[in-house]
Amino acid sequence: MAVPVQKTDNVTALPSPKASAKPAEIVALPARKSEGRGRKIMGRLKGFAATTVPPLLVLGVLLLVWQIGFARPGASLPAPSVIWAEAKDLILDPFFVLGPQDIGLGLRVLTSLERVAVGFGLAAVVGVMLGALVGQSIWATRGLDPIFQVLRTVPPLAWLPISLAAFRDANPSAIFVIFITAIWPIIINTAVGIRNIPQDYRNVAEVLRLNTFEFFFKIMVPSAAPYIFTGLRIGIGLSWLAIVAAEMLTGGVGIGFFIWDAWNSSKLSDIIVALLYIGVVGFALDRLVAAIGNLVTRGTSAS
Amino acid sequence: MHAYLKLDHIDKSFVRAGQTTEVLKDISLTIDQGEFISIIGHSGCGKSTLLNLIAGLTQVTAGAVLLENREVNAPGPERAVVFQNHSLLPWLTVYENVKLAVDKVFSGRKSRAERHDWILANLDLVQMGHARDKRPSEISGGMKQRVGIARALAMEPKILLLDEPFGALDALTRAHLQDSVMDIHARLKNTMIMITHDVDEAVLLSDRIVMMTNGPAARIGEVLAVDLPRPRKRLDLVSDSRYIAAREAVLRFLYERHRLVEAA
Repeated sequence: MAVPVQKTDNVTALPSPKASAKPAEIVALPARKSEGRGRKIMGRLKGFAATTVPPLLVLGVLLLVWQIGFARPGASLPAPSVIWAEAKDLILDPFFVLGPQDIGLGLRVLTSLERVAVGFGLAAVVGVMLGALVGQSIWATRGLDPIFQVLRTVPPLAWLPISLAAFRDANPSAIFVIFITAIWPIIINTAVGIRNIPQDYRNVAEVLRLNTFEFFFKIMVPSAAPYIFTGLRIGIGLSWLAIVAAEMLTGGVGIGFFIWDAWNSSKLSDIIVALLYIGVVGFALDRLVAAIGNLVTRGTSAS
Repeated sequence: MHAYLKLDHIDKSFVRAGQTTEVLKDISLTIDQGEFISIIGHSGCGKSTLLNLIAGLTQVTAGAVLLENREVNAPGPERAVVFQNHSLLPWLTVYENVKLAVDKVFSGRKSRAERHDWILANLDLVQMGHARDKRPSEISGGMKQRVGIARALAMEPKILLLDEPFGALDALTRAHLQDSVMDIHARLKNTMIMITHDVDEAVLLSDRIVMMTNGPAARIGEVLAVDLPRPRKRLDLVSDSRYIAAREAVLRFLYERHRLVEAA
């Protein structure tokens, strides 16, 4: 007798807490939400401050020391205040065009970036292919790896004379230097990634009888993606290092040649501003490749 | 009538750094179509090697694996494998993992819409239709293994090879999946070969249990026919005398006559 009574009790009781809870929740929810949102914004601000305030502080101190150290007349390098006075237009307007050789630093950086894009793009495609070959085939490893290990230690600029001789033109030579600089870490990391493909995935591919082409795109590339992106990230950094040096020697309108030009006409302030540009752009490139990598490899790491 | 799958005097040895290790010695077995075979033995006795030989993932040193009188020496979708650690590709969703297999196996034979329906049918068969858009990292171990089974079944294999499919699962999930496999076997009537460590699992699921002696040079020690009627119900069998006898026979083989000395 007791059981049915309890049952009916439950049935009648069930809607009532729901009904009473609903309005209460609706009343309570906005308040809690805004409180939560406020706290979230505060938390985010705190996090933002924690990452930005210390470097700004250090930067301020460095500028101050620099200013004090080089403010006296006859100092070998310009103090920050002198740089600001002499090169204000370069800092404030990156995209002015006053003549064929008198353009803003932003435009110069863009021409350099264009060369990097071509050279690095080629290096990425060829590097991943060669890396796949070396990672997949023991004979390719034995044959190619020693050659790669020797060539990768050659400094970027050492390639320049021979590429100038081969291409007889400055622009393709600069692009070749980027290519040959960026390709080694891409090859080596891709090869490691391919070698680390779990045997399980290879077994799956074998049971399905995937052909080489399908295996490359459906198993190899996604599985090795985290390694490939590590290589690409190192590669883009090296490209940016190499382009500035290469442009100093090949001329043209790139940021590297600008520095060399400024040195020849003793505009030290311009050089320091250009260094700043190079640093910021290099940082941005690194973050860009890292962000793309994170996006692409989102699903690959966890199993 | 000739055998569906025939293992004909198989030897397998590995050569590593100039040293030859004999793993399997003179394995002969015939398996009929629709049979459920379990292979049981202590760790390191070469059970997985035997399964890999049937799958074609490794090559026999001597003898032959014959499927419908044709020699097997390369892997293929007609001998689908359910791997021990599921081996789903983590960058693909559940649906895409099965799709990879279905697209490859049925590319010429089924239209796109038919393939889509076939993928869903197989996911429903293992009760995973609800998770089709999840990635392997977002589902439980038992669910991953279900998807692995769906992927293998979706290839419409002649033989389904299961390599300790439930080894990494907890006891309750394992029981649940065993029931699912029994159900699928009853419905599709596939030939299945399963590697296991678990005596109860072997007796519950199998028509015959192949018991391996300890390696190196492991042989088939005994083959036990389990003539329990199907469908089998876990709870009904607990007190069934034939079930108890079969269980005892396997246990005696493993722990009395072929006790693994190193494991003591």
